[in-house]
Amino acid sequence: MYVAVKGGEKAIRNAHKLTAKRRRGDTSVPSLTLEQIAQQLSHAVARVMGEGSLYDETLAALAIKQARGDLIEAAFLMRAYRTTLPRFGYSKPVDTAEMLVERRISATYKDLPGGQVLGPTFDYSHRLLDFALAAEDDSAEPAVETSPPEDVAMPRVTDLLGDEGLMEPDPVSDETAPVGDLTREPLSFPADRDLRLQNLARGDEGFLLALAYSTQRGYGRTHPFAGEIRYGEVEVEFFAEELGFAVTLGTIKVTECQMINQFKGSAKTAPTFTRGYGLVFGQVERKAMSMAMVDRSMRFEELGEEQVAPAQDVEFVLSHSDNIQATGFVEHLKLPHYVDFQAELVLVRQMRAEWFEKRRQEEDSGDAAQEAAE
Amino acid sequence: MNDTAQIFDQGEYNFAYLDEQTKRMIRRAILKGIAIPGYQVPFASREMPMPYGWGTGGVQVTASILGKDDCLKMIDQGSDDTTNAVSIRGFFEKTAGVRTTYETSEATVIQTRHRIPEKGLREDQVLVFQVPIPEPLRFLEPRETETRKMHALEDYGLMHVKLYEDIAKNGHIATTYAYPVKVNDRYVMDPSPTPKFDNPKIDQMPALQLYGAGREKRIYAIPPYTKVKSLDFDDYPFEVQKFDKPCGLCGAENVYLDEVILDDQGGRMYVCSDSDHCEERRANGHLGPMAADPAATHFAGGASEETVQ
Repeated sequence: MYVAVKGGEKAIRNAHKLTAKRRRGDTSVPSLTLEQIAQQLSHAVARVMGEGSLYDETLAALAIKQARGDLIEAAFLMRAYRTTLPRFGYSKPVDTAEMLVERRISATYKDLPGGQVLGPTFDYSHRLLDFALAAEDDSAEPAVETSPPEDVAMPRVTDLLGDEGLMEPDPVSDETAPVGDLTREPLSFPADRDLRLQNLARGDEGFLLALAYSTQRGYGRTHPFAGEIRYGEVEVEFFAEELGFAVTLGTIKVTECQMINQFKGSAKTAPTFTRGYGLVFGQVERKAMSMAMVDRSMRFEELGEEQVAPAQDVEFVLSHSDNIQATGFVEHLKLPHYVDFQAELVLVRQMRAEWFEKRRQEEDSGDAAQEAAE
Repeated sequence: MNDTAQIFDQGEYNFAYLDEQTKRMIRRAILKGIAIPGYQVPFASREMPMPYGWGTGGVQVTASILGKDDCLKMIDQGSDDTTNAVSIRGFFEKTAGVRTTYETSEATVIQTRHRIPEKGLREDQVLVFQVPIPEPLRFLEPRETETRKMHALEDYGLMHVKLYEDIAKNGHIATTYAYPVKVNDRYVMDPSPTPKFDNPKIDQMPALQLYGAGREKRIYAIPPYTKVKSLDFDDYPFEVQKFDKPCGLCGAENVYLDEVILDDQGGRMYVCSDSDHCEERRANGHLGPMAADPAATHFAGGASEETVQ
């Protein structure tokens, strides 16, 4: 009955209760613990931290549990919580060359200083459902043969190429310049690369994946090579004014991707490779790579390329990458719109009445003409 | 505090949820908006605990202007007891603990989605609109970089061409809600998706109007007693929707009506979209042609039952 749309208070209360009941499911099955989620669904946790823009594994696990595994909903919970947190300041840039590396691969060099470290990856597994996981108690820890983390330097591949001048250098950043932050200042266009990267880092994995894929299929080709993907722990440092030096706040796990792309050069500067950059919380390689490819695509202007494809369109990409915004606006169509629909009904009825009236007049005059001819 | 409010009871938050620094940032955007009527002021919109599209812009504006002594009215589609209005009212009852009301005349702050109350507003009231797409030119030009330029140059030719094409194609201006207006002879503005029926109310309104778009990160305002003109042509003047029946419950004419489908036999009735207005009229003895109809009593009863709470 229509009345149900109004009188919503009781309905909302009951809907909340029912959601809680459905979330819990059969109470004879043990409830998930946050540790279980954080440990065993770590990719989901990483995604929620990244798109929720808040690094906290326990909170992300809670969000996933509360959202019944809906990861965009979970990221949304993180964002809403994030709003309430005070902002103390900005950390110093993390140094990924100093990363405690768990995985590091390069697709451009067979071997390189520090070596290739495969680490945990699905890459070379056969995607066969492992029914043993369903049947067995998998609490026995798998024996893993690893060489202990070697205490060798693992320079970034792009720095190696940089030595030879083959790679465009890192942009020189002015440490005293204000940090672009689209959570404190509304995004405006043209957006500089710092803001673009921040937007991409918070952006929806699926959206960036599709855009990156489109560049591989001819919509703004950039000839990418995975120069390096590394995953591991980095320290986050904060410069404390009162102390006069930087203190370590803690460590976070990140995936960094450096894409190496085709050349730029001119009469004045020798040709070099160009770069796209991706950095995300946790081990989310698919997104780090997509981010690097889309970042590179959006640099078309500074690199003197033609704009031909959606992935290059800065305003299009940045305005639609945020899945919290996107899902909110798409799903708000579920809210009542009957006032506006009524307005449309009135107009359509009026237009139809006019249409039938006109046709009646035409028929009348047609009949009259025919009669006159007879 | 209503029952929905208790659901939000998850811990301690600052008065009206937002921290004071954020409120100050939003108030500055509001002041700028008031200083330049109809101009869309960018602001650093926050993620709120309700989704984008559910009124995050309006909620942030309300949170920033609300004081402890305010009395808040929350409506959606003209009614106080639509689900989203109930939810947002509960949010402010919980986080701000302010008094709330269904009565238009009692409220100091009214947050609305899609309607303006039928009863004229006063100078000591503020009307806060929830806005989905603040840019009136957006569907003509998707790029923000372009539309900002068009506003700066007061280049609104595209909009007039669109309205003209409507007439050429349909015989009418086919915009029935979110009907564009020109504010203070300068900025073309989207009055949010209120039916154009409400457009005359925003002209020279004694109350301050604030428009908040959370997802699009824009705030704009119309100060009290500002000229607001709905766009039209000399030979096709602006006109509002007309209903050929009065409200079935209270007999009101010249108000905006919701069409209610009563059965599968084509039975319909029209009732006031502004539920407070309708109830007040009925309390004063006005009865509509369908007030005695069983279907109508059920409908009216459903509404008044909520008022008791």
